[in-house]
Amino acid sequence: MESILSIISALCIGLGIFLGITGAVGIVRLPNFFTRLHAASVTDSGCAFLILSGLMLQSGFSIPTLKLFFILVFLLITSPTASHALAKTALDCGADPTPPPYEER
Amino acid sequence: MLFVLFLTFVLVAFWLLLSWHFTPFVLGCGVASVALTLYLALRMKLVDEESQPLHLSVHIVGYWAWLAKEVVVSTWDVTRHVWSPNKRVHPRVITVEATPQTAFGLMLYANSMTLTPGTVCLDVTHEKIKAHALTEDAAASLESGEMGARIRRLGL
Repeated sequence: MESILSIISALCIGLGIFLGITGAVGIVRLPNFFTRLHAASVTDSGCAFLILSGLMLQSGFSIPTLKLFFILVFLLITSPTASHALAKTALDCGADPTPPPYEER
Repeated sequence: MLFVLFLTFVLVAFWLLLSWHFTPFVLGCGVASVALTLYLALRMKLVDEESQPLHLSVHIVGYWAWLAKEVVVSTWDVTRHVWSPNKRVHPRVITVEATPQTAFGLMLYANSMTLTPGTVCLDVTHEKIKAHALTEDAAASLESGEMGARIRRLGL
């Protein structure tokens, strides 16, 4: 039982790290501000969820798990709010959301 | 008044949970921060049914499950576009009808949209929601309006 939980937890954390790196690579590779925001949103939702779930499995039924759970709930509410604030501000400041096709990096 | 009591309860519970220290000094700090937060929230007129969803039905759990599935699907979509060497993204701005009728429903709609990778909500009014979509798939799933219809069915 213990080892199965460790394996699932390791898988969650590993996959979470992969999504975190995906977000970072996306921020470099995608062409403009709005498309980069989508890459960051992979890190916000997928990566945060998987890493926190993996850590919760590590700590079992305890106060740290409850704390991690609340951190997750707050992240799920605050990170879209931050993304939206960034996107709306960029749009209001006149950034072009749909640029012409770009050169591959 | 109910909203103020509820907010106080949530803040106190949250402080106790995160600190988990019961010395007089730390508890005193807790009382001070809860009081300050309440004062600011009341001053900013944030204490209403939009920030305190006391009226949510249990069906929201079904919606969360559906949303989780959507997040997985679109995370996969965006991840593929990020790593594949020759996939072009087709970003565009789309406008969808704001189907939810309440302020909380609109907030849930816009937040779910932004939480899902591949779509970011740009602007919300009571009639229309403007969103930026990274890929064709993301744009299509948003334009199908399923998310809005599901929130509407929750009575929001």
